[in-house]
Amino acid sequence: MNRTLEVIAGSDLVERPRRSRWPARLDYLQSASGLVLALFMWAHMGFVSSILFGKNALWVVARTFEGYYFFGHRYPVIVSIAAAVVLALVIGHAALAVRKFPINYRQFRTFRGHMAMMRHGDTSLWFAQVVTGFALFFLASVHLYIIMSNPGKIGPYESSFRVWDQHLWPLYLLLLLAVEFHGGIGLYRLSVKWNWFGGSNPDEARHGLKVLKWAITVFFLAIGLATLATFIKIGITAHPIYGERYVPTWQQDALPGHGGQAAPVAGQPATTSQAGGAQ
Amino acid sequence: MNEVKHRKLKISVLRYNPQDPESVPHMQTYELEEADGMTLFIALNEIREKLDPSLQFDYVCRAGICGSCAMLVNGRPALTCRQLTKDLGDEFTLAPLPVFELIGDLSVNTGKWMRGMSERLETWVHAKEQEIDLRRIEEPMDPELAEKLYEVDRCIECGCCVAGCGTARMREDFVGAVGLNKIARFKIDPRDTRSDDDFYELVGDDDGVFGCMSLLGCHDVCPKQLPLQTQIAYVRRKMVAMAFS
Ligand code: HEM
Ligand code: SF4
Ligand code: SF4
Ligand code: FES
Repeated sequence: MNRTLEVIAGSDLVERPRRSRWPARLDYLQSASGLVLALFMWAHMGFVSSILFGKNALWVVARTFEGYYFFGHRYPVIVSIAAAVVLALVIGHAALAVRKFPINYRQFRTFRGHMAMMRHGDTSLWFAQVVTGFALFFLASVHLYIIMSNPGKIGPYESSFRVWDQHLWPLYLLLLLAVEFHGGIGLYRLSVKWNWFGGSNPDEARHGLKVLKWAITVFFLAIGLATLATFIKIGITAHPIYGERYVPTWQQDALPGHGGQAAPVAGQPATTSQAGGAQ
Repeated sequence: MNEVKHRKLKISVLRYNPQDPESVPHMQTYELEEADGMTLFIALNEIREKLDPSLQFDYVCRAGICGSCAMLVNGRPALTCRQLTKDLGDEFTLAPLPVFELIGDLSVNTGKWMRGMSERLETWVHAKEQEIDLRRIEEPMDPELAEKLYEVDRCIECGCCVAGCGTARMREDFVGAVGLNKIARFKIDPRDTRSDDDFYELVGDDDGVFGCMSLLGCHDVCPKQLPLQTQIAYVRRKMVAMAFS
């Protein structure tokens, strides 16, 4: 269309009159996307770890996000949409962050040499962030795609079958480690990058933030590991009834012998399942 | 007085002469008896006087002011004239600062790099042309602001922050903390008439402030303890604000 503009832009002379504002926006968006993702990961840990309070707790949390308690019916598509939004955020954040990756062997070797020689904490943490970020490309995408493409199949049994019988636990273990280290380091970096909590003594604040960062990482890793272990345990013990849906205890009594879908999916006839089979 | 037993220091120095095609980078170890209050600068001079007159290294002021004696001590940038040997182990390594042009052994040309940076960032007060009048009394400056300016103007351009920065090591066009600190310094100087728009032209890209990945190597190695973390954050905030103005 406007060939003149294209030629000027293509020849790199577009920056002549005034430097592009895009690098500023990209820097801002990189931090913003990282922050939103990291805060989401905290909330997410809160949701999944509800399994530590029992199967019913997770069931309630899962149904809540399907709108069951608002509409009286389950709309699993809500979860799929939420997962798609998070996936879009991850892709956006990754696209912005790859600008910082070492882009060739020379840069990689230089950074590694520098890091080994300096033995400087924050420099090494950055490398850990690059490595975990790179791993997240794959781990996070796989996980989010599975959640997106399995609407309605989140629950104490449903999730445990995925973790154990469908062999996703190794992926989740790696994902947990990668996210907790990456997100924790990322939040620490955000606070020093923008000097959020500097106060009157930024050096002291930075030291405190570093301690806090490790405390948060340990805390979330502990909860995460306990949660994953619980899913694995349920997956193993419930293996004989593989494929069944979980029915919360109060509805097991309400539907004696017959079973039936505890919370109907909107627009779908209630399917039967062996509620009684759940020990 | 009793005789004090002094330590024997084993100093391994990275030696290389880029002018000599025969020369290959190698470590050479010198043994030396430590003296009371010995700085690395004193140790190096003793090596050159007594052990090896061919050893190249730089210094001028011997007091942490000129910024010419920086090198890697055990892999970290430091000023040799300020580094006491008693704070180091019995054995340690010395190497030239990376990034800068190597003259030979421990001597590098930081001046050339700094000059390039200064020209690129125009690190001088940009006063309005017509207002220059040498006979007029200078406008008074708020003492608090003057204090703040002096604080960040203490940079001696030693290059430690550049050598200690993973970003600068990977990407040679990165302005480094020394450059970003100068931008912050001129930005708060009321005599400088440059606007944020003008500063954006200088550091508003990935070779400038947006290239910094907040590794804070610069902050942790600066021998003048300049508040580089907050200085860079300040420039970053101002420059990001330009994106939405
Ligand atoms: C495909 C996945 C991901 C990749 C490739 C990736 C990569 C990166 C890289 C390389 C950085 C460092 C950027 C820099 O030094 O300026 C970074 C920063 C960050 N990441 Fe990620 N990341 C991913 C996913 C995530 C997730 C899931 C979270 C949430 C836990 C997250 C949170 C953050 C935060 C808070 C920062 C700091 C932002 C900043 O420095 O401006 N990232 N990411
Ligand atoms: S900012 Fe500090 S480390 Fe960097 S050149 Fe100046 S004095 Fe040296
Ligand atoms: S904060 Fe890190 S990346 Fe930024 S200038 Fe300092 S050492 Fe370099
Ligand atoms: S000799 Fe001048 S700073 Fe060390």
